[in-house]
Amino acid sequence: MTTSTRGAQAPAVLVLEDGRTFRGRAYGAVGETFGEAVFSTGMTGYQETLTDPSYDRQIVVATAPQIGNTGWNDEDDESSRIWVSGYVVRDPARIPSNWRAKRSLDDELVAQGVVGISGIDTRALTRHLRERGSMRAGVFSGEALAPEAELVARVQAQPQMKGASLYEEVATKEPYVVPAIGEKKFTVAAVDLGIKGMTPHRMAERGIEVHVLPATATVEDVYAVAPDGVFFSNGPGDPATADGPVALMTAVLERKTPLFGICFGNQILGRALGFGTYKLKYGHRGINQPVQDRTTGKVEVTAHNHGFAVDAPLDKVSETPFGRAEVSHVCLNDDVVEGLRLLDQPAFSVQYHPEAAAGPHDAAYLFDRFVTLMEAERA
Amino acid sequence: MPKRTDIQSVLVIGSGPIVIGQAAEFDYSGTQACRILKAEGLRVILVNSNPATIMTDPEIADATYVEPITPEFVEKIIAKERPDALLPTLGGQTALNTAISMHEQGVLEKYNVELIGANVEAIHKGEDRDLFKGVVEAVKAKIGYGESARSVICHSMEDVLQGVETLGGYPVVVRPSFTMGGAGSGFAHDEEELRRIAGQGLTLSPTTEVLLEESILGWKEYELELMRDKHDNVVVVCSIENFDPMGVHTGDSITVAPAMTLTDREYQRLRDIGIAIIREVGVDTGGCNIQFAVNPDDGRIIVIEMNPRVSRSSALASKATGFPIAKIAARLAVGYTLDEIPNDITEKTPASFEPTLDYVVVKAPRFAFEKFPSADSTLTTTMKSVGEAMAIGRNFPEALQKALRSLEKKGSQFAFTGEPGDKAELLREAVRPTDGRINTVMQAIRAGATPEEVFDATKIDPWFVDQLFLIKEIADELAGAEKLEPELLAEAKRHGFSDAQIAELRGLREDVVREVRHALGVRPVYKTVDTCAAEFAAKTPYFYSSYDEETEVAPREKPAVIILGSGPNRIGQGIEFDYSCVHASFALSDAGYETVMVNCNPETVSTDYDTSDRLYFEPLTLEDVLEIVHAESLAGPIAGVVVQLGGQTPLGLSQALKDNGVPVVGTSPEAIHAAEDRGAFGRVLEEAGLPAPKHGTATTFAGAKKIADEIGYPVLVRPSYVLGGRGMEIVYDEARLEAYIAESTEISPTRPVLVDRFLDDAIEIDVDALYDGEELYLGGVMEHIEEAGIHSGDSACALPPITLGGFDIKRLRASTEAIAKGVGVRGLINIQFAMAGDILYVLEANPRASRTVPFTSKATAVPLAKAAARISLGATIAELRAEGLLPKAGDGGTLPLDAPISVKEAVMPWSRFRDVHGRGVDTVLGPEMRSTGEVMGIDAVFGTAYAKSQAGAYGPLPTKGRAFISVANRDKRSMIFPARELVAHGFELLATSGTAEVLKRNGINATIVRKLSEGEGPDGEKTIVQLIHDGQVDLIVNTPYGTGGRLDGYEIRTAAVARGVPCLTTVQALAAAVQGIDALNHGDVGVRSLQEHAEHLTAARD
Repeated sequence: MTTSTRGAQAPAVLVLEDGRTFRGRAYGAVGETFGEAVFSTGMTGYQETLTDPSYDRQIVVATAPQIGNTGWNDEDDESSRIWVSGYVVRDPARIPSNWRAKRSLDDELVAQGVVGISGIDTRALTRHLRERGSMRAGVFSGEALAPEAELVARVQAQPQMKGASLYEEVATKEPYVVPAIGEKKFTVAAVDLGIKGMTPHRMAERGIEVHVLPATATVEDVYAVAPDGVFFSNGPGDPATADGPVALMTAVLERKTPLFGICFGNQILGRALGFGTYKLKYGHRGINQPVQDRTTGKVEVTAHNHGFAVDAPLDKVSETPFGRAEVSHVCLNDDVVEGLRLLDQPAFSVQYHPEAAAGPHDAAYLFDRFVTLMEAERA
Repeated sequence: MPKRTDIQSVLVIGSGPIVIGQAAEFDYSGTQACRILKAEGLRVILVNSNPATIMTDPEIADATYVEPITPEFVEKIIAKERPDALLPTLGGQTALNTAISMHEQGVLEKYNVELIGANVEAIHKGEDRDLFKGVVEAVKAKIGYGESARSVICHSMEDVLQGVETLGGYPVVVRPSFTMGGAGSGFAHDEEELRRIAGQGLTLSPTTEVLLEESILGWKEYELELMRDKHDNVVVVCSIENFDPMGVHTGDSITVAPAMTLTDREYQRLRDIGIAIIREVGVDTGGCNIQFAVNPDDGRIIVIEMNPRVSRSSALASKATGFPIAKIAARLAVGYTLDEIPNDITEKTPASFEPTLDYVVVKAPRFAFEKFPSADSTLTTTMKSVGEAMAIGRNFPEALQKALRSLEKKGSQFAFTGEPGDKAELLREAVRPTDGRINTVMQAIRAGATPEEVFDATKIDPWFVDQLFLIKEIADELAGAEKLEPELLAEAKRHGFSDAQIAELRGLREDVVREVRHALGVRPVYKTVDTCAAEFAAKTPYFYSSYDEETEVAPREKPAVIILGSGPNRIGQGIEFDYSCVHASFALSDAGYETVMVNCNPETVSTDYDTSDRLYFEPLTLEDVLEIVHAESLAGPIAGVVVQLGGQTPLGLSQALKDNGVPVVGTSPEAIHAAEDRGAFGRVLEEAGLPAPKHGTATTFAGAKKIADEIGYPVLVRPSYVLGGRGMEIVYDEARLEAYIAESTEISPTRPVLVDRFLDDAIEIDVDALYDGEELYLGGVMEHIEEAGIHSGDSACALPPITLGGFDIKRLRASTEAIAKGVGVRGLINIQFAMAGDILYVLEANPRASRTVPFTSKATAVPLAKAAARISLGATIAELRAEGLLPKAGDGGTLPLDAPISVKEAVMPWSRFRDVHGRGVDTVLGPEMRSTGEVMGIDAVFGTAYAKSQAGAYGPLPTKGRAFISVANRDKRSMIFPARELVAHGFELLATSGTAEVLKRNGINATIVRKLSEGEGPDGEKTIVQLIHDGQVDLIVNTPYGTGGRLDGYEIRTAAVARGVPCLTTVQALAAAVQGIDALNHGDVGVRSLQEHAEHLTAARD
């Protein structure tokens, strides 16, 4: 552990598509990057956030100002790499301090070529994104710096998040198995649309052998593992583009196999049931969101990372091709649909992250619910 | 599920006087809760003996009982008011213990009062160390992690010695059960220390129980603040990380929110444990605080303790996050659930979430060791700080440096000039945690220490150590730069450097740095504390400064009044000043102004975002205040800045603010000078024809001796420009005068020593008054119980005065008016007089709100601070009388004959301090103020009111038993009558031989007891000190000979403190106590609410 001396880092600029710019210093890799600028309000868990595939093609703004304090370890990655396209922080740590830390966040960003910016007014940026909505952005440093008008034009030339199909690029290409911890009780086929490592782990803890399948898996692939239940994971991009997964889920629903979805998986279920999806103005990204389980009235504090949501009625039970469905969970901040449940067959999903990582463990009971569904089906 | 409909009235117990470990934070919490309960339509009955609180303002509750918080008095209140419920979780350990004791005595059952907010079982599980260990074990069984430090419960010294063996040797931690603020706990490194600390602990614990624990010194320390509702919804409001590792009480640590050095995995683990504990303990509704230690080498987590109630940390967490824990706890207690309660700040989102911060909060403690020179200044697990400052910044260095300058203490800020000293020596010094250790660490860094060396010496987390290096590197750049470039200046400001620090580094004047900075356009912006890191729009203007890009101060139309608060609590400047600031805010808001509060004390009501229209949580230095004034002047018109109500802190800024073009309202800076400057004030007195004790100033012993010879001994000596009587002493002879001058570090040619004639046997009188330039309103006249020479803040006093007649009042009024007029007061003035023989001397005048304003206001049912604020902004007394804010006719000098008598008694922190040998510090009162708080006793006659004040401050006066009397020669005459009275009340008198002889000659029998110096007698006769320790003495009267140093009686007085035996150190107090005992022995002592007193007074006035 050495103390870095204060050297002047290279200047960097963050450019938003509406022309607003923030000048700071390069953080992580020097160069340029583009993506949708979104803010995440978690005060802990940057390692999990950066490696969450759902952040693919997004430039993440950390609202917590001091980032990198605990460095980077070998245990907390949620996938094989950092997925964010850029990272925006105010005050990066100069040294890591944690007994598990192996290297600094800065080093890891450089090693993985992730372009970032530090030293900007992240709160002003957050307020801007809150008021104007998430938008395309670019971060430029080193040789990538150019006159602002030029940079704005380049940002504006980038594709929008709305209409983006990204799950295939983040999902595994080959199937793999996460063995059950302890006695194996169930087999689950998990369709990887950008799955986080903690999700199969939470299932494995409950005696589930998880077969993680590529996003392009077919009905045959799914049933080839003889699953007790099928799981659809979280993932990046616009769910409106996910026709393949929707068709796959429809087939699973037709067979009435117990089904559980998280995040993107919730949106897929929504679409399979005939609901629409829409893009939220600035999304939910954080680990402090109050969600009410409408069946028990209890409130859980949950981890969120979603820019899109399901458009389903809160006040009534809906008729769907698979029988009656209801909104099971709702975000108390803004009444956004946070969970769906079929009343006539074993299928449910949530928009948020019961696997946490990062975030509170309040919603871990949902994995137990999945187990209960599979047990009931077996009985 | 909405509010319960079966509760119509609720009794709230406050925390009583401000003591170390239980301070203003309970006024903040209690006030919030009472307001909420009232708003919910409940009848709120409050008991709190502390008059200096907003909580005990008559508007806050429906029936406010300023009565002692003892089971006896609380039962009287319950019998009279018959509340449906009792809420005990808002008044600290005092309220909790009182409630538990009333439950155990069956009082609650008898009157059918339901305990809400906490059940008895949960309180026991949370507070009883043995039960709590069981809770932690149960949690581990459920969720797989969390454990207690290995420990043993002990009920005797034999248990204790055995326990050390069980734990595997020293060091061990000793923690007494059921004490507040960690009183009596500490580390024992060997048997001698163990016997001392554990012996003390067994005595202090109401259950004679201490816990011995394995040492986890040097581990990382964290706290979580949690809330739970009746539906089992739980949220973690805030995480706090201690900069100082385990071994220092969290109240004495520099603390940081949110936690800075935890990964999400580790944080969630603490959160899981916390939630499992609150469930296992069974806190049904409300808040709790849980402390953890984390091994920095492997992350092993130990649960230290939990408080099943609102605490100092919860107040800090509320201010740090914008999530008002006490307010929400009150709502939960009456039946709401978290999701039914809106988040005040966003208005749109519910309270069932966890605040997220986009800033860093640092709290720094303020100590008063200079007041207790013999006390050991090592920080331990017993809390010793008397106040705290909190600062908010966008990064840790900024928040830290703001917090350090908020402490307003010489040397509290980092200094980067001058020789740092020897590295090895500094590192050695840094091993011992003390007030200001962080500055020692900074000097060690300057002297070349490496991060590893600093960590090895202090165990401060390497991340924090690196942040100190970062600050030091910026200081180096500032010092070394050829020119102050805007980038470097901005970088320094972003890391919290004050203009004064930069000036020192650059060899410039502070105002020059400021000019340069302004010319370069480097100015702060103001960000909002919004609970949600800007995810939602904030409706509450709760601001902090930062050197960032975008400001969030919204324009306004109404003229603003900026009220400067009083900063961290300290001895001499406490909650009383916050009271006046809050009143000003309320009154000026009612009068149509937009009120803007500036303060940095997280414990207070003034820093509740509900108190004023806008709140700036900022240091009270000239730089910080000027920037706020600038920001507000861009937002809209400014009617003025009020500096008169927050004590010396804002008063000291007055002239500089004016010089910078800031409109200071009320008494002008020139008038303040006229009262504070010796020469100028002397001229005021001369013109008015008023006498002051003879005095002079000197810078050398020779000079001082000359003055003393002229005016005659005893003389009162003190350094100039000090607060709370700091360094003040009564000197009886030349030898002591010489020693005093030699010892004093504060005396220099620019800071001369003041030498005054000391008025022996004089009656001291305090007057609070309002003056508008035309008319004087005499707020109240207080007669001190103790004679002149004891600091007015430490002296008990009575209002209305008990021995002064109409003629005296007339003279006091005339003198007060002459001074107010001569000085040029517009608002409040406090004057101290001494009546010696028939001459009324003026001791000093303070043209500001005084410590006694809340007491005077409550005793006379007139809101003096509100009136003062209005006068500052141009209202006249006549107008305020017409409006009804002041009585139509008459004032505090013309109270009706049957007006109640109010007695104020000071509360001393003796039991908190030990010297390096572990002995108590002496308890003698003197001219230097040392009390931390006060109580008020109010009743129809003096004796009862005094008895109530004693019961509120120290516990009930004994009505029978054994009284030990030992007095100085000069007090022997005045002792005879009260001693006779004690005998008449059935007391057995004990006395040392000299005193016994005098008593016997006067026909009073007293048993002779051995002095400590005489040792145990041949037949095992015990010394007085042994008798006190054995609990054989019920009342002690011991007046010292002279003051200062180690005195006769020291052992007696410290034993009294250790055993909690009432100890009177002046004959005046003895006389008052005898009247009190007389009242207690004659019939029932009743209770009466302030509202009833006020009604009676108002009726009598009309």
